[in-house]
Amino acid sequence: MTLADTTPTAAGTAAVEDVPAGRWQRIARIQALQIVLLLAVTVAIFTILRPGTFLTPFNIRGIVQNTSILAVLGVGMTFVIITGGIDLSIGSVLVFSGVVADKVMAAQGGQGWGTVLLGTLVACGCGLGWGLLNGVLVAKANVPPLIVTLGSLSAALGFAQILTKGLDLRDAPQTLVNKVGFGNIVGQVPTLAVVAGVVVLAGIVLLHRTRFGLHTYAIGSNAEAGRRVGLKVDRHLIKVYALAGLLAGFAGILNLGFFQSTTIGGQSNTALNVIAGVAIGGTSLFGGVGSVFGTVIGLFIPIVLQNGFIQINVQPFWQQVVVGAVLVTVVYVDQLRRAAAVGGRKHYRFPFLSHRGRRT
Amino acid sequence: MAEPILELRGVNKSFGPVHVLHDVDLHIYPGEVTALVGDNGAGKSTLVKCLAGIYSIDSGEVLFEGKPVHIHGPAEAAALGIEIVYQDLALCDNLDIVQNMFLGRELHSRFGALDEGTMERKARETLASLSVRTVKSVRQLVASLSGGQRQTVAIAKAVLWNSRVVFLDEPTAALGVAQTRQVLDLVRRLADAGLGVGLISHNMNDVMEVSDHVAALYLGRMAAEVPSGQTSVSQVVELITTGRSGDIGLSTAAANASM
Repeated sequence: MTLADTTPTAAGTAAVEDVPAGRWQRIARIQALQIVLLLAVTVAIFTILRPGTFLTPFNIRGIVQNTSILAVLGVGMTFVIITGGIDLSIGSVLVFSGVVADKVMAAQGGQGWGTVLLGTLVACGCGLGWGLLNGVLVAKANVPPLIVTLGSLSAALGFAQILTKGLDLRDAPQTLVNKVGFGNIVGQVPTLAVVAGVVVLAGIVLLHRTRFGLHTYAIGSNAEAGRRVGLKVDRHLIKVYALAGLLAGFAGILNLGFFQSTTIGGQSNTALNVIAGVAIGGTSLFGGVGSVFGTVIGLFIPIVLQNGFIQINVQPFWQQVVVGAVLVTVVYVDQLRRAAAVGGRKHYRFPFLSHRGRRT
Repeated sequence: MAEPILELRGVNKSFGPVHVLHDVDLHIYPGEVTALVGDNGAGKSTLVKCLAGIYSIDSGEVLFEGKPVHIHGPAEAAALGIEIVYQDLALCDNLDIVQNMFLGRELHSRFGALDEGTMERKARETLASLSVRTVKSVRQLVASLSGGQRQTVAIAKAVLWNSRVVFLDEPTAALGVAQTRQVLDLVRRLADAGLGVGLISHNMNDVMEVSDHVAALYLGRMAAEVPSGQTSVSQVVELITTGRSGDIGLSTAAANASM
């Protein structure tokens, strides 16, 4: 410490007290708490309305299983959005990875774990490839993330259709379907949920406990500041998009096991649903703020609503209306909060619409 | 007089056809504040960015403690102990004070996780050593700080690393009277602690008050380096605006060549 030995001036006796408020502030910073409350209230209402069926192990199992694949995608999307970017391509990358993995597994011919492992590696590799392509175009070619990933959304789906001539493949190995897609690890605990749980935990540790996560926040907050202290901003962005792609590829193999199909036509809204979950979970589309935990909660809300509406005989389409309203409200509140922080400036440009380096 | 801790000899820098720095010499002494003055576009910020490793110099020498060095990036500048506090501060609003101070140089515990405890303690010690009283918690988000507090954090960030030379780019430009006072005191304390301090400022009162030397840039050339005690505000202003004053400054030919 260079200056530790200097005597503080008489008037300036140092008193940088670190009140416990520090910790509380950090917890409060996770806006997700409000969303947890919203989820809890929703669950409570449905439980009261349908006490016999809603909060049962069977129903919870279904809800968790339906959220698992989205949660895997949500982890990657959270990182991307925290950098101030966006990734629209994950649904298509999931389909593409599933198609290629299915083809490779079919060519290999087995039905056992070896084949599943091979398929997993292939799917992850495909996803990683698309993610790297997205990242390089965003970071090096300076094309806005919205456009880059809109392009790969289209291209990855196109390739998947070319490979399959537009017809879904349904020949996933039995082990993948029975053990991963529908299987339980123990009792009524679905394998999918455990796998997703591991991914989510790893995502939380990576985002909140490592240098990689901290730099993700820093770049989303002020990329120029990062550059000046020597962060490799371009390389970091490429890694973040690669991570999102990798997880989309991994979700591809899970999806294949769950639906026993490559679901070519069924993933066009996946990216938007995941983005909605991320935004509802308190991750700011302006970058620099967010949490993986919030994303998971944000993804649960639509699925709990859908499940509950069906049980109380409300048309499940209401779920879409409610989710839309919640999404807009959450982002509106975020916008107000940000505007207040910079002294009333109201209009913000979303960073993923502009090329990098432009932060308003 | 002591040996300069940082010395520039004949540094040139061009951006394409624009010759921004012409054979610039500069001396920064340990324990002293050297004010770097000049009009807009004189090359002050470019000079600092060259020392920060953000730009590379085209020709000329940089000597650190008398030894020639080549600075190829922010990390190399930091390794030498050269730190820059930028005008726009370049802090991340969404990170807290500790995270900002350690950004890019985080400490790790044995298992590869961030060592939050040690970083928090060091941040607090540094702020305390700078006699900073205005910051309530080091876990406050930077977004919640006032202009003066941000400046303080930016300066604390620069001195956290056993730095030897600190450049401050207009640290008081956006501050009120009381906050300016605090920051100038802080600048003085940095020098008193033995650091070489470079202060870029447009405010002649600040310059004359806090600096030991004045280095005036005029259209990319070093017009003069003079001890503050032997000059006056009007002379410095003359150096800034015309490149010369009486018998000091650029020769008429050099001054005209710059036009």
